[in-house]
Amino acid sequence: METPYQNHIDKADFDYVYEPAEDSFLLIDALEKDLKYLKAKNPMLCLEVGSGSGVIITALAMALPNTFCMSTDVNLRACVMSKLTANYNKVQLESINMDLATSTRDNIFDVVIFNPPYVVTETAECGGRDIAASWAGGVKGREVTDRLLDMIPKKLAKNGTFYLLLIKENIPDEVIKIMSEHGFKYEMVIERKVKNEHQFVFKFY
Amino acid sequence: MKLITHNMLTSKCLKGVLTGYPLAINAIDVKVNEVDYNPEFITRIIPKLDWEVLWTAADSIGHSEGLPKVIEPKYEENEEFLKKAHKVLLEVEVEEGHLTCPESGRQFPISKGIPNMLLTEAEVQ
Repeated sequence: METPYQNHIDKADFDYVYEPAEDSFLLIDALEKDLKYLKAKNPMLCLEVGSGSGVIITALAMALPNTFCMSTDVNLRACVMSKLTANYNKVQLESINMDLATSTRDNIFDVVIFNPPYVVTETAECGGRDIAASWAGGVKGREVTDRLLDMIPKKLAKNGTFYLLLIKENIPDEVIKIMSEHGFKYEMVIERKVKNEHQFVFKFY
Repeated sequence: MKLITHNMLTSKCLKGVLTGYPLAINAIDVKVNEVDYNPEFITRIIPKLDWEVLWTAADSIGHSEGLPKVIEPKYEENEEFLKKAHKVLLEVEVEEGHLTCPESGRQFPISKGIPNMLLTEAEVQ
């Protein structure tokens, strides 16, 4: 998979939108590792929740030309940047200013991707619509993720796949349990220790 | 906002709203941007769409000409139809305007092609 160009982005904009970092690239690496599976699946509709700069969903759109990609973000600046990143890399992306996937129809997405705000913080710190929304995850760094987990069974199409990035502090075993209660199998696609973080990408299907 | 996206959006999450679908479109600025024609994608996506909603949406912004109200059998062999569907789904874009919830009347602005579906906590179910 090619890494999308980002040199159209003014560095100053990263004061307001999450700048792609190791976690973003790990998720791209996970999708690349799983590309054979994804190509065989030939998804029609893919959604990235909380797309930030748009680098992940743009990479996926570049790799899957027969797929229609959508993205959401609570931060309008992120929505604008995601769309620009896609356009700059000559792929189509529909960007919607939305909380998670709350305003989409049920059972339509073949693939959903989420690089959540995973940092453990006070509850009060998460739930905003600015740059802090990109990293502040509240208790266990899971408050936002857990809200999406409950939506996934409704939003995914039949046989849909959900890719989720987590760190060790998010207690991945608990997430696996929640998803298995929703009837999903899981696979750990990739893991990496970077700086003080142990990051994982899980796939639920 | 492309009309394929409109087909996927609902305001069902609003408190007191049962289906919130389809959202009405009020367009101030509509553009047509050329997109590579991919008949395979169009053929596969059609069964996933609410066609009536697509037709009504296209009609409401002046782009229903030549678009059949009902999908014909063997549509996948009809090149002219697939091209028209391609245009309406992927090339026509609402740049400025708003969407309206059919039940509550709540409006959702569209600016620079991006719909704002954010709700306040008090508005959510």
